[in-house]
Amino acid sequence: MAASAPLAIRLRGVVKRFGSITAVAGLDLDVPVGTCVGLLGPNGAGKSTTMKLLTGQARPDEGQASVLGYELPGDSKQARAQSGVVPQLDNLDTTLTVEQNLVVFAHLYRLGRRERRPAVERALAIANLADRRDTRVDKLSGGMRRRLLIARALVHHPQLVLLDEPTVGLDPQVRQELWALIDRLRSEGTSILMSTHYIEEAERLADSVVIMSHGRAVAVGPPQRLIEEHAGAEAVEVYGPPARLAEVEAEAHAAGLATRRTGTSVALLRLNGHAPAGDRRPANLEDVFVLLTGEEIQ
Amino acid sequence: MTTAAPRAARLRRLERPAIAGVLVREIINFSSFWRSTTFSATVEPTIYLLAFGFGFGSLVSEVAGYEYVEFVGTGTVATAVLFSSAFPGMFSTFIKYKFQRTYDAILAAPVDVEELVTAEALWIGVRAGTYGCAPLLVALAFGLDPSWGMLLVPFFGFLAGFGWAAFGILIAATATSIENFNYVISAALTPLFLIAGTFFPIDGLPGWAQTLAQLNPLYHLVELVRHAAFGFEGAADLVNLGVVTGFGLLMWRLAAWRMEKRLIE
Repeated sequence: MAASAPLAIRLRGVVKRFGSITAVAGLDLDVPVGTCVGLLGPNGAGKSTTMKLLTGQARPDEGQASVLGYELPGDSKQARAQSGVVPQLDNLDTTLTVEQNLVVFAHLYRLGRRERRPAVERALAIANLADRRDTRVDKLSGGMRRRLLIARALVHHPQLVLLDEPTVGLDPQVRQELWALIDRLRSEGTSILMSTHYIEEAERLADSVVIMSHGRAVAVGPPQRLIEEHAGAEAVEVYGPPARLAEVEAEAHAAGLATRRTGTSVALLRLNGHAPAGDRRPANLEDVFVLLTGEEIQ
Repeated sequence: MTTAAPRAARLRRLERPAIAGVLVREIINFSSFWRSTTFSATVEPTIYLLAFGFGFGSLVSEVAGYEYVEFVGTGTVATAVLFSSAFPGMFSTFIKYKFQRTYDAILAAPVDVEELVTAEALWIGVRAGTYGCAPLLVALAFGLDPSWGMLLVPFFGFLAGFGWAAFGILIAATATSIENFNYVISAALTPLFLIAGTFFPIDGLPGWAQTLAQLNPLYHLVELVRHAAFGFEGAADLVNLGVVTGFGLLMWRLAAWRMEKRLIE
């Protein structure tokens, strides 16, 4: 990574413990200005704690953290003033209208008297909720609520947006709509850190992904490069009864290939010129993810 | 090399825009539930006033040199202030940070815990100061003579309401579940409410209870309000004001400290 590129987020050796549990264990993380970085990892890998560290809601025990050039936790307030946060769990004011929710955050983000009205209109337009401005939040659909949650984080035109599992629990249609929204944000030059466990989401939106496991970054890079480095260009899927799959695994390991179970098949990876029989497909980020974070559930 | 943004002026503690932002949120939210809150905050103490005023009032016509309805009418101002500050301080705060995760949203903006707690206590204090006037207005309707000192009652109510709101926030920040509030209500609020000189003068109580009343900020609020209606007593009221103010400052600092521990990991 070019050392001279300005960074929206820079973490070095960050450690965060909760009692005897180490949630983040020496994390290095860079988000270059104007890029979208996907933070991938299984449940318990430390993604949510990392997000909390970045918003100043958790203080690191060790290491350095800076956001938009401000050192955390000391200057976290300055960093927060120029960042937007989309939390994983909806925390909108449900008895208020769409517009009132945005107005509240225009105040919390200290927009001036004259800036507030246009900022709220802009946010309504981004979320495509202008015709719902007077609807109470508890009357909105799940997808609309999530759009409002994102719009609320953008009301002050932040330089950095932190998205914590932005599409979790939503229909595929709604998810695609949100992807378009995030993609537009990125094309406008906003820096984005997005934690997700939908691998497709990271593959589509992220310029670079960081795969976390046990509180550390175990792989960093553009999705395509990580796939080539860790899984190879192609994968071969072999289907069969469980006993057959175990045999296939043993043979593959003997030949120096990597494997992963997909439930109904075994995927053979890192083919290196081997051409085993089976269904060929391009390797994907999910292969890398499972190879690096392990098959067991953490 | 990591500087991605021009450095803005360093943000300080207890900034006005942060406190104003939290207040705006509260005021807009209040517009959606003010009817029920106002109803209970004004009707409840009024019922106390009428029940005690006419119930006891038929047995005793005068207490401590005042007509009983006037004695209770001024005393229940403190009840109204307590009910409309300590309870929202406890329950709304707990619900906002635990169930609605509102505080996560606010703290992601440039607002610190101290500012959040301060704004919440200020807003509840303003409401308590306003609602505290309800029993006084009822008493006026039943024949209490107006006096200039009464104009200070909303201010006294605000000051005490701020302290009780901060007390409530302190409890909310310490409690692990909403059921824990029962201990506080039964062991602290109910006794303090009864030995505040609201319904009967404290001179008739045993010595230890009188000492306890002297330490009870609610008693000092009752005294302030009564003297605002019937005539201030100089040094004694400065002490009363000092206790109410000191209680507010102490609770404010404790609430900010505990909430910070609770919300920032």
